[in-house]
Amino acid sequence: MTVIVDYDAGNLRSVERACREVGLDADITNDPGRVRGAERIIFPGVGAAGSAMRSLARSGVGAALVDAFHAGTPILGICLGLQISLDRSEENDTETLGLVSGDVRRFRLDDPSLKVPHMGWNAVNLRRPHPVLDGIQPGDEFYFVHAYRPVPANTADVIAESTYEGVFCSVLGRDNYVATQFHPEKSGRVGLRLLERFAAWNGRVDA
Amino acid sequence: MLSKRLIACLDVRDGHLAKSVKFVDTKNIGDPVAKAREYYADGLDELVFYDITASSEGRRIILDVVEAVAEQVFIPLSVGGGVASVADATDLRLAGAEKINVNSAAVRRPALIAECAEAIGGQNVVLSMDIRRIEPNEAMPSGYEIVINGGRKPMGIDALAWALEGERLGAGELVVNSIDADGTRAGYELELTCMLAEAVRIPVIASGGAGEPAHLYDVLTKGRADAALVASMVHYGDYTVSGLKRYLDGRGVKMRMSW
Repeated sequence: MTVIVDYDAGNLRSVERACREVGLDADITNDPGRVRGAERIIFPGVGAAGSAMRSLARSGVGAALVDAFHAGTPILGICLGLQISLDRSEENDTETLGLVSGDVRRFRLDDPSLKVPHMGWNAVNLRRPHPVLDGIQPGDEFYFVHAYRPVPANTADVIAESTYEGVFCSVLGRDNYVATQFHPEKSGRVGLRLLERFAAWNGRVDA
Repeated sequence: MLSKRLIACLDVRDGHLAKSVKFVDTKNIGDPVAKAREYYADGLDELVFYDITASSEGRRIILDVVEAVAEQVFIPLSVGGGVASVADATDLRLAGAEKINVNSAAVRRPALIAECAEAIGGQNVVLSMDIRRIEPNEAMPSGYEIVINGGRKPMGIDALAWALEGERLGAGELVVNSIDADGTRAGYELELTCMLAEAVRIPVIASGGAGEPAHLYDVLTKGRADAALVASMVHYGDYTVSGLKRYLDGRGVKMRMSW
């Protein structure tokens, strides 16, 4: 069974609807046992890192996610889900899950013509092949809403990049974990295709 | 870099698509769910529903419309019309709207913006402003006044001051509706849009007055808008969503061109 992790971080119904559209039946849950036992996991979220981490600690779902990651379960992080998979976030100065080394920093936006947050459609450029992003064409755009950007410590974990105030990592991945800063569930057909490929992914990047 | 957005606005009255001229003479022009699907397939970047029925019966209908659209349309959905409480916003979010537009109720009680931002995230709270041009005066030096209740009630509030206050209270985006331009097809109010876009750090959506593709080009360049909202231009079949995007792309405006 696929689970969508619920940790009081935003409305998960749109992720559930998009999954259903691509034939992926997914249950929304905040039960650590179900997260550990899931066949695959979607870890979405909008909101702030601090309250998200408190909720994950309280429910025990944070520890369950770390266990599932080490057990090889395919996991897709989305937006805040991506951000709290790194070691640390500038947002609320928070220690985060540490599935992938690196941190999360606020856009500086010294250029007054840049709006905050980074909201809208932007191109995603692949830096290395990944089964979940297979078939994405140069110029394909996805829908973003965020004020902080992920900075993985190892370039090997950067799967794709986008440009706003500068170039930033918009998809990262390590082993059976892959995560998008954008919202595939709100990115039209290219987003649905990404979810469809995640639904078929065995969690391996070498295959 | 970010693309400019083309947004289609569907005014929904009693479950039907409606279109007004200068906020009056509303006519029914079709099924909003079918229109939403058509525009989505043709590359629309974002969809807005305005519920122009104030009745409680109408409220249930808009929730049904949003729910039906959210099942089939996978781009951001924004909904407004009569949102007066966090509970209204939450109901619409559960039905499938990402963004919630607040308008008259926020003018009457500005704390509504902060309450909604706290509950659903500021990036999802859109402050929609209905604005008319006036002679500048001491109370309203910008020369633009906020009007509420579907364009019927002038409030004596300066539009620029209200935009800044909305941003301060946590709104994530502004919709600038020009009452003078609405439904005229004579072009967006460029001066107003530019003034507000330069004053705030949140995205600005221009609304009201689009009649031909050059109007969109003007408001996204000279008007400095981040997004252009259209209604009549596409509802009556004079232009298509993809045709408008190709035109803008051809004139050098950064648009999302594959979908």
